[in-house]
Amino acid sequence: MNLLNKNIAEIHESLVNGDITAEQLTTEVIKNAKNNEDKIGAFITINEEQAIAEAKKVDEKGIDPDNLLSGIPVALKDNLLTKDILTTAGSKMLYNFKPIIDATVVKKLSDLGTISIGKTNMDEFAMGGSTETSAMKITKNPWNLTKVPGGSSGGSAAAVAAGDVLAALGSDTGGSIRQPASFNGIVGMKPTYGRVSRWGLIAFASSFDQVGPLTKNVYDNALLLNAISGHDEHDMTSSDQKVPDFTKNIKSGVKGMKIGLPKEYLGEGIDEDVKQAILKAADVYRELGAEVEEVSLPHNKYGVAAYYIIAPSEASSNLQRFDGIRYGYRAKDAKNLEELYVKSRSEGFGDEVKRRIMLGTYSLSAGSYDAYFKKAAEIRTLIINDFKKVFNDYDLIMTPTTPTPAFGIGEENDDPLTMYMNDALTIPANMAGIPGMSVPAGFSKDGMPIGMQLLARHFDEESIYKAGYAFEQNTDFHTKTPKMMGGEK
Amino acid sequence: MSNRITKEQVEHVASLAKLELSEKQLPYFTDQLSNIMGLFESFEEVDTSDIEPTFNVTDQINTMREDVADNWNEKESLLQNAPDVADDLIRTPTIIDESED
Amino acid sequence: MNFETTIGLEVHVELKTNSKIFSPSPVEYGDEPNKNTNVIDWGYPGVLPTTNKGVVKSGIMAALALHAEIERHPHFDRKNYFYPDNPKAYQITQHDTPDAHDGWIEIEVDGKKKKIGIEEMHIEEDAGKNTHGNKFSYVDLNRQGTPLIEIVSKPDIASPDEAYAYLEALRQRLLFTGISDVKMEEGSMRVDVNISIRPYGQKEFGTKVELKNLNSFNYVRKGLAYEEKRQQQVLMSGGKIQQETRRFDETNGTTILMRVKEGADDYRYFPEPDLPSLNISDDWINEIHDELPEMPASRRDRYINKLGLTDYDAMVITQTKQMSDFYDKMIELGADPKMASNYLQVNVNEYLNSKQVDLDDTEITPENLTTMIKLISDGTISSKMAKKVFKAITEGKEPKQFVHDNGMVQLSDPKELQPIIDQILSDNPQSIEDFHNGKDRAIGFLVGQIMKQTRGKANPQVVNKLLMQSINK
Repeated sequence: MNLLNKNIAEIHESLVNGDITAEQLTTEVIKNAKNNEDKIGAFITINEEQAIAEAKKVDEKGIDPDNLLSGIPVALKDNLLTKDILTTAGSKMLYNFKPIIDATVVKKLSDLGTISIGKTNMDEFAMGGSTETSAMKITKNPWNLTKVPGGSSGGSAAAVAAGDVLAALGSDTGGSIRQPASFNGIVGMKPTYGRVSRWGLIAFASSFDQVGPLTKNVYDNALLLNAISGHDEHDMTSSDQKVPDFTKNIKSGVKGMKIGLPKEYLGEGIDEDVKQAILKAADVYRELGAEVEEVSLPHNKYGVAAYYIIAPSEASSNLQRFDGIRYGYRAKDAKNLEELYVKSRSEGFGDEVKRRIMLGTYSLSAGSYDAYFKKAAEIRTLIINDFKKVFNDYDLIMTPTTPTPAFGIGEENDDPLTMYMNDALTIPANMAGIPGMSVPAGFSKDGMPIGMQLLARHFDEESIYKAGYAFEQNTDFHTKTPKMMGGEK
Repeated sequence: MSNRITKEQVEHVASLAKLELSEKQLPYFTDQLSNIMGLFESFEEVDTSDIEPTFNVTDQINTMREDVADNWNEKESLLQNAPDVADDLIRTPTIIDESED
Repeated sequence: MNFETTIGLEVHVELKTNSKIFSPSPVEYGDEPNKNTNVIDWGYPGVLPTTNKGVVKSGIMAALALHAEIERHPHFDRKNYFYPDNPKAYQITQHDTPDAHDGWIEIEVDGKKKKIGIEEMHIEEDAGKNTHGNKFSYVDLNRQGTPLIEIVSKPDIASPDEAYAYLEALRQRLLFTGISDVKMEEGSMRVDVNISIRPYGQKEFGTKVELKNLNSFNYVRKGLAYEEKRQQQVLMSGGKIQQETRRFDETNGTTILMRVKEGADDYRYFPEPDLPSLNISDDWINEIHDELPEMPASRRDRYINKLGLTDYDAMVITQTKQMSDFYDKMIELGADPKMASNYLQVNVNEYLNSKQVDLDDTEITPENLTTMIKLISDGTISSKMAKKVFKAITEGKEPKQFVHDNGMVQLSDPKELQPIIDQILSDNPQSIEDFHNGKDRAIGFLVGQIMKQTRGKANPQVVNKLLMQSINK
């Protein structure tokens, strides 16, 4: 079954009415996903057996009419631990790794009766913006198979855009949910740092990483965030703030809202189509009664540099545990311990991961710490202050999600720096820990989706959903689907 | 520019990170890392002398767990995932440097 | 040339908590390999640490016991290095903001008192254990995550004897807080030592040499003494000390070169992003302060000045907190201070040594021992009988009941004794005459007769008194 033009409420209704059982739905959805695999390559693992077993259980228990997620098939990024199901994080290092626990978000979703049909492809250890650094496979953009799906949650985004599933989880360290959402014409939310537990998310950069949902539309996204949010005793950085029902006020509109449009996000390096789409979106908001004004985030331009010090530093430490001793890849025939370490790591990690490990190791090493790591952390403070200042007067900030639409496969492979600049507009939200969401906001001349990013104060995802929903209701970008998947665009 | 990184530095960093670069890879990585580090030159424009660094953006402070023991009984599964075990111990090739304790 | 010595000690102490510092796995010793481990202890992908409140509390307690200033906003840092017993390849420790700093303890060497400064102390996680075979090494992660407190001295220690005294004093104070067993032989106390010497008057410190394999306080003293002499000889003969690590050889008391240090290690410390920083409130510190047991020095002072013990007795009683607590309880129950001290030092210690057990693991209670001492004081039993009673106490018996059940009550009542004495005197007129003729031995014979008649239960002091009164009538 192709889910291109469906939403969660519709599928839920069919399940409640008995038009289809969870088992039938799961079987159909997996069949469709498998068919799409040759074209798209969104999945590393499809857990057909477990998924159908889970669906049967849901059928036996009966679909809960008050729980929209019961029996709904979802996909999970392959850096989320799934008990007894291969979890590779896109790396040869974990080519054989079967976790013995579920991530908190995985458990929460399964407790609500969602059916995980598979683990999606991603950049190795979430390091990349095109899913090309995956050691497993290349994932293609359903809108144009010569283009990348973005990354690092490229598999999750492509699976949703291709109609494999209605919702998928991704993780976002510097834009890894929002950027692929934007490249695939879908909705992707990076929640406030601490909103969602990181227990069971294979760490890239601990002070940035957040798990979040990718969906076809804003309402479904809010439903998913409802499901995965909340304090977790296993994650001491997870917030104990009350989690609102994100769907509750979603339809209340943007009238009277103050939205900032940062001039730095529409300047040099921004594709003209992208810029025009965002300016048009600003007009949509004005027509809906919001006040949209130009604002400034002067230190945001240092975000990329500061990020590419702090995140690799944390990553260099987080990824040291992959040493061939206790799990995962171990090099053959190592004569002594040193050789085991060096060979396992040199053979197990790909180039992009090695680059970032070395960058981080350098930034933290004796003599570099103050000039690099500490300085970057100070710039992080300045970026936070930028946002604080704007959010004193504005409820939201709107920007393009990415400087350009999806680029071609192989195009930026040999140029890490250009690749890194793609994150320039998404990184600041991770630096500050604020929530950010990408919603479909148009198409480029060559038919590739363009995303708009909405940013809000810490723990104010509600405002983002409200504005996202209002925009969706007054535009038709989200109704477009990739032609080659049987869509209409 | 001081931000450029030398081959020797890359080799040193790789050894700290337990990575091995081939003769061919070394100049390649050195160039790339040097390029990336060009980004950091912009830092010199920013005066941060009065700015406190931010190392974390969690809203939590002082969260602690009560001192209660709880054995999750994961030993068997953990050993099963290990590449090499003997008598419930993880086995590794011999450790040459015996100077550590 | 004359030299002065500078010694630095880094002491690691394992804390006696229920669970590990960053995971809820139990802290237990001697279990089968890897039994007390979970995904956190193994450094699995996707897991996160959680801070154990009990460990933070122990850290504050230690800081209070060592007069150190407590850091109010500590955070944890990562220390990065690869080793099989270090599963994450980083150790979570406190680098920027140690738990506490600038403390001191007082030591006494050759009758001279001296304050030794404590630079800083911090809490951190212990590593697992590697064992080395011929072709392979083996890793057991049971110990991984056991809480440690590391205490770093200031360079105030000027001799091996001072180092010894510092370790003794430190061990005792920590022992009295109850946060650790502080046993070197069991690894719950580990000592890293560095020593340098310099000619008198030289401002800069000499080159530091690190010593390893010091498994007792005595070895610390011996190793330092040897090293002090060796370094003097090197300098006297025009040589140079190099920065190196040496190993103490227990068999001949020397130190052997292990490796020369080349440059500093690069641990790439940075703040642990997985753990929120802490906020230590005044209230909490005060609360912990109120719970802090009285330290040994203050107890000794009390024992000497209020209870009249000798310096030596006070020192022996305060060897362990258990003994000192036991003693205090006995005094509270009304035991004679001197007698209580004697029984603890002699009988109890003898018993503990012969059985190789701790006081807490025996049946001996302050209540029972006090009862016994009172029975001796009021003449109910003789000190000879007390030996049997003590044995009964070690078997968990109540002394009064035991004395009663075994008919051990001493006959002290003159009303009961007088008729017996009168009878013996009237049966032995010859002895009375002998006594009056100056033969003192006669008294011994008469007492013997009385004891025989009472089957040894008569109180000898009372018998003596009554007999003298009767015979001189």
